[in-house]
Amino acid sequence: MREEMSKDDDRSPPLDLRGADIAESSSKTRNCAGITGSGSGTGTNPMEFQAPYPDQVLENVLENVLQFLTSRRDRNAASLVCKSWFRVEALTRSELFIGNCYSVSPKRATARFARIRAVSIKGRPRFADFNLMPPGWGAHFAPWVSAMTTAYPWLEKVYLKRMSVTDEDLVVLARSFPSFKELVLVCCDGFGTSGLSVVASKCRQLRVLDLIESEVSDDELDWIGSFPESGTTCLESLIFDCVECPINFEALERLVARSPYLKKLRLNRFVSIGQLYRLMIRAPQLTHLGTGSFNLAEGVGQNDQELDYVSAFAACKSLVCLSGFREISPDYLSAIYAVCANLTSLNLSYASINADQLKIVIFQCHKLQTFWVLDSICDEGLQAVAATCKDLRELRVFPIDAREDSEGPVSDVGIQAIAEGCRKLQSILYFCQRMTNAAVIAMSINCPDLEVFRLCIMGRHRPDHVTGEPMDEGFGAIVKNCKKLTRLAISGLLTDRAFSYIGKYGKLVRTLSVAFAGDSDMGLKYLLEGCSKLQKLEIRDSPFGDAALRSGLHHYYNMRFLWMSSCRLSPQGCQEIARALPRLVVEVIRDDGEGMTAESELHMDDTVDILYMYRSLEGPRENAPKFVTILQ
Amino acid sequence: MEKSLRNEVCPQLLDLISKEREWFVNRDGERRHGLPEEKKLELRLGPPGEDWCVKHNSKNNNQRERDESLLSLGYYSPMASRTHNNNNSNGCQTQMFAASSENPWNSPSVYQHNQQQTKAPSFLQFPSTPKSLPVMSQETPQPCCTKVVDLQSAEKKGFSPSSAKTAVPNSSQKRTAPAPVVGWPPIRSFRKNLASTSSSKPSPESQNAVPDKVVSQKPVETCSKGLFVKINMDGVPIGRKVDLKAYDSYEKLATAVDELFRGLLAAQRDSSAGGIQNKQEEEKEITGLLDGSGEYTLVYEDNEGDRMLVGDVPWHMFASTVKRLRVLKSSELSALSLGSSKQGKLQLDSPMR
Repeated sequence: MREEMSKDDDRSPPLDLRGADIAESSSKTRNCAGITGSGSGTGTNPMEFQAPYPDQVLENVLENVLQFLTSRRDRNAASLVCKSWFRVEALTRSELFIGNCYSVSPKRATARFARIRAVSIKGRPRFADFNLMPPGWGAHFAPWVSAMTTAYPWLEKVYLKRMSVTDEDLVVLARSFPSFKELVLVCCDGFGTSGLSVVASKCRQLRVLDLIESEVSDDELDWIGSFPESGTTCLESLIFDCVECPINFEALERLVARSPYLKKLRLNRFVSIGQLYRLMIRAPQLTHLGTGSFNLAEGVGQNDQELDYVSAFAACKSLVCLSGFREISPDYLSAIYAVCANLTSLNLSYASINADQLKIVIFQCHKLQTFWVLDSICDEGLQAVAATCKDLRELRVFPIDAREDSEGPVSDVGIQAIAEGCRKLQSILYFCQRMTNAAVIAMSINCPDLEVFRLCIMGRHRPDHVTGEPMDEGFGAIVKNCKKLTRLAISGLLTDRAFSYIGKYGKLVRTLSVAFAGDSDMGLKYLLEGCSKLQKLEIRDSPFGDAALRSGLHHYYNMRFLWMSSCRLSPQGCQEIARALPRLVVEVIRDDGEGMTAESELHMDDTVDILYMYRSLEGPRENAPKFVTILQ
Repeated sequence: MEKSLRNEVCPQLLDLISKEREWFVNRDGERRHGLPEEKKLELRLGPPGEDWCVKHNSKNNNQRERDESLLSLGYYSPMASRTHNNNNSNGCQTQMFAASSENPWNSPSVYQHNQQQTKAPSFLQFPSTPKSLPVMSQETPQPCCTKVVDLQSAEKKGFSPSSAKTAVPNSSQKRTAPAPVVGWPPIRSFRKNLASTSSSKPSPESQNAVPDKVVSQKPVETCSKGLFVKINMDGVPIGRKVDLKAYDSYEKLATAVDELFRGLLAAQRDSSAGGIQNKQEEEKEITGLLDGSGEYTLVYEDNEGDRMLVGDVPWHMFASTVKRLRVLKSSELSALSLGSSKQGKLQLDSPMR
């Protein structure tokens, strides 16, 4: 039966039968010709889908079994078995994941899946975070929330990433879903404290309100004060460290006091250390704490408050995750010593501390698995981490001075140390100015569990600073030796050879980020022809042209998206792709650095600023902004 | 748009080099006077990516870009901008040249390429579709409130020693900020304020001397964002951009416009004349922009879409309503009806390119 399915899929919406991650809500209902359900004889007519099916018992059994299936990849596979399984899977799926909000319409998704309780939607491409795309591109939550009010009245959870959410959307959300429990907004924008205020006041079952790296406008509304004033709340998680406006602290204090289930609290930088103290003594049950500014409030002298921060921290015996330190006064760092031994996650990436200040802390963090930090700790600090944190799984080193010509206090020395000390490392993001192939190779050998390797050598085209060679061999070793690698970001001086390595060995790579790399079309060709699991490819400022683009025709339906900006593409080349692959939406985005002003249509002799293309069941989206041209 | 620069053929280097040399000598005594032949080598073997660094200066006008990125723009002086917007046929090379000379840290990698013979062919793989240089609009000085300071601090920084080992170093290799690129390094904007919120500035001597007392202040407000408007000139296909916040009077703006376009205009004359380039003699000052006495006159479009003469209203009023600028031939103006002096509106029949 699977062979018949394959043939059908050529005509049908894009699906990857090899089970790779796909736009899960792609619908197959209309193209199930030739597939018979259990017990029915003539399965050629799509209308048969609606005819009554005889084998009720089997369907019931199936339903009872399939409801235990949680992994969406497993569910996708199950849904392809036959019509019956397709139907039952659709009925039993409770979590809907939309990897690209434009790959499927809300209407289609809600038509297929009737009993969804939790929705995850991702919108903008990641490079939009770095101002590579004009604002106003799209990814609006509005059509989704609108469709869900009727389709999913029992909706409980919404997770959005890189979507534009308006205050009105939040109002609709708050009013339409009486069972609503969890709202998580990651890298979103378009809303403000007024929307939050409505959510706080209307969602009586709210357990989770997490705002992560989102832009929240200050509507000068006391949203913390909008939580119901009396009775205990259900709140388990309140994360608002990205909110860049002051909050009503007294209201927060009262809220925390009557939230006995609160486990995660991440404060923004407008909460001083004195206020933190007051919260901590009310919530010793916290497991995740974001400390806010970790400094005195303005106008408060050091001697005014002799609070016992040490005890406050010591009282939080369940604390495993610590972050914040937004305006840290390193004098206070010693307060956290008591909890270090239990910490599995520590985020100091806003704290400009040096190696010595770090060491005292890190030497006590034996259980640390996740560590985010600024490069102000230098290689010496990383050596301390390597010496102590033997269980480290994820490391992120951010630059305190994110410019190409900055000094770069961390280097290959740090990588080498981490490689030798943290053998269980799974994920690394590392910003630096100097790197060597040797260090990267060392990491590839010492850390076999690496799944995510993201190295950003901030100066463009920088070679190995010892040998002067390109960084080809280092990255080559990573793809070759790290057999579990699924995500890779490359940088530094890289020739086509690096790409040949990635194409040859990076068979599990799903996400790849390329910038200022490669010599010729061959680079991209190696990737598209070699990386069979590639789903998300983002490329900027690399010399890849139309010929290279053509070489991926066989694969684009298997990908979630391809982003190429400031490469060598022409509108003709992109149009060729659009014509060859009708289910691909090929967006050419104009970005002349001025944001939204695009005075003229795309001309065929323009160069392509940004190509963003993605598979979709819906065809070109309506209401695309003027700076977007969808080629057909 | 300006992007098709990347598809430029690489024309005769010899022409370019001589022009470049004069260009530099003419403009700025303090710039490097490196041997053009070495620069030529740099050009031919430069890594492909360097085309784009100048192009992306255009992105720096993006007001979303945080000032920290703009800080290193301090280096990006008018001199540099003019070299980037050189004559049509030399656009590609000029970019490369200027890019490599402004990015000494790039030089080592370029020199690496010298050693690797394979580099030469890749460079020559650039598709050879000569095109007239499209609008390359944004190579303007982009002042930021900290511009001057950062220019100096950038220059004081020691160059990363380890990568500058090989081949022929730039003779007066001052450390200068490379032309910054939008969205690079890929750090989200809320992480970029850190250098200013904490009082520690990274510097070679004091990497481990982060002061204990961090000033407990709110993060520094981003510099008042530049007010960038496009400016086009009659007869010059390449538009530019100016930051009106850098000026506080019409006279200064007029001077800036003169500086911006003088070279371009001369280049246009050169190419149209088809003659031997001799920039020194060809360039004329552009004067009388504001009073109608010169060959060209400055006009602007306001937020209502009307075309007005520049200079009629108080500066701040102008700055708040201007949307774009144009430098028109004065001879064409007389044919048009001018409004009252209070609102000198022009009606132009044919829209300007």
